[in-house]
Amino acid sequence: MVLQVNGQRVSLSLEPRTSLLDALREYAGLTGTKKGCDRGSCGACTVHIDGRRVVSCLTLAARAQGKAVTTIEGLASGDDLHPMQAAFLHHDAYQCGYCTPGQIMSAVALVQEGHAGSDAEIRENMSGNICRCGAYANIVGAIRDAAGRA
Amino acid sequence: MEGFTLAQPRSLDDALAAGPQAGAKYIAGGTDLMQLAKDNVETPHHLIDIEGLLPDTISTATDGSLQLGALARMVEVATHADVRSSWPALSEALLLSASPQIRNMGTVGGNLLQRTRCGYFRDVGFSCNKRSPGSGCPAIPGESRGLGVLGVSDHCIATHPSDMPVALMAMDASLQLVSPGGGTRLVPFAEFYRLPGSTPEIETNLLPGELIVAVVVPRSASARRSRYVKVRDRASFEFAVVSAAVALEVTDGTVRNVRIAMGGVAPRPWRLSQVEAALQGRPATPESFQEAASLAGEGAVTTKDNAFKVKLMERAILRGLQLASA
Ligand SMILES: Cc1cc2nc3c(=O)[nH]c(=O)nc-3n(C[C@H](O)[C@H](O)[C@H](O)COP(=O)(O)OP(=O)(O)OC[C@H]3O[C@@H](n4cnc5c(N)ncnc54)[C@H](O)[C@@H]3O)c2cc1C
Ligand code: FES
Ligand code: FES
Repeated sequence: MVLQVNGQRVSLSLEPRTSLLDALREYAGLTGTKKGCDRGSCGACTVHIDGRRVVSCLTLAARAQGKAVTTIEGLASGDDLHPMQAAFLHHDAYQCGYCTPGQIMSAVALVQEGHAGSDAEIRENMSGNICRCGAYANIVGAIRDAAGRA
Repeated sequence: MEGFTLAQPRSLDDALAAGPQAGAKYIAGGTDLMQLAKDNVETPHHLIDIEGLLPDTISTATDGSLQLGALARMVEVATHADVRSSWPALSEALLLSASPQIRNMGTVGGNLLQRTRCGYFRDVGFSCNKRSPGSGCPAIPGESRGLGVLGVSDHCIATHPSDMPVALMAMDASLQLVSPGGGTRLVPFAEFYRLPGSTPEIETNLLPGELIVAVVVPRSASARRSRYVKVRDRASFEFAVVSAAVALEVTDGTVRNVRIAMGGVAPRPWRLSQVEAALQGRPATPESFQEAASLAGEGAVTTKDNAFKVKLMERAILRGLQLASA
């Protein structure tokens, strides 16, 4: 099967049951996307498909063919971090960092969806991303900042 | 997860021809089916991808009714301007469902067919009459806090977990179906789901291979003033312990029309006709709301863990009536 990941064509030979998450991590060598629950409940595996945030653990890789997949590796341009990545760094919006790629992918989509109007709106629209370290306060701060309302 | 083949048919006819074969399953957003397959609760051998084969549009017909394509994503329905203004409980129910990521993936058809969240059903380490008929129900004597109190049987007390169908139940919706022979039929929403009785494994009146094409929701004054109340164990991203959809039409201070449906309490979205009857033609006052809501638990069969749901139902209805009449 052929996937379109971060603007690159990736050709893989995989079983139909392979999730997009496993395809990215185990076969395409893109380990930035994380596996937490593998059941849609934690958001660690969040990527964008055709610009929309989805959980890659519940997406079959074969069904992502012909669509544009963006992962955390595809956000920066060269050494220039995406403003959301920079805001997470600036606000120390993590502790162990395991949930961070999913948080950032979700946060980038949230701003594009127009859901950064208030802290309450940010919180509700980040509810699909769980942080076991409880870095929520700084995550909200980073998103508020990146959305340009700091 | 066991292996399966994945077919991506070019036409609806090809998909329908493959649908009835043994071990075949349609896949739409995949958010429930993938979970079930990963846990071996369902073990499909052939997945049939229906993406692109059914309508994904949201439109209004000439008679004013709302038409939701089976493949419309949850997020599209939730944020649609007409849905928000004329069927607000539908929008609210969907916005309170799952997470933004899941709402971007899940579809109307798939949401109607989401399977129960009963922990025993979802764990193949336990017996379960719904998963393996005749094996027994450990939920009834076991952990039943989240399970049903209405329409349940000695064989199964699982609840239907989806929010959107609760709103649809309060709006007299119907479902447009297409079967493998190509025949279509319109089924009133109230006749779509089956009660468990002694066959909890049969959940709907869908025929083998039959597909949901669209949901039709009539326009009405009560739907226009509808609200959805969801009570859950955490602030967001959680299934309902109890939920209520209330559609209410009040003229000159009198209840002209009212529809109440509840989620989290029964094997299907549950209409509270005795509460509706107690409100019909009565003044829209806190007293008559309270009086009617107190009938919510009529006929309830509870366990020691879930008896609290009766009081919670009453309160959710009351809140719904307050919001809808505000
Ligand atoms: C972590 C998590 C939290 C969730 N929380 C909530 C919640 O709070 N509230 C809520 O309501 N839901 C919740 N959900 C469930 C989610 O809304 C459903 O999984 C989703 O709506 C299913 O839609 P789908 O298109 O992905 O279905 P799929 O998984 O593709 O399909 C589900 C079933 O429907 C069948 N099917 C699909 N489309 C059709 C059709 N057109 N005709 C006939 N059969 C069809 C499939 O064969 C399958 O059996 C949650 C899910 C997850 C993973
Ligand atoms: S790993 Fe996908 S949501 Fe948890
Ligand atoms: S930073 Fe550790 S899980 Fe979020």
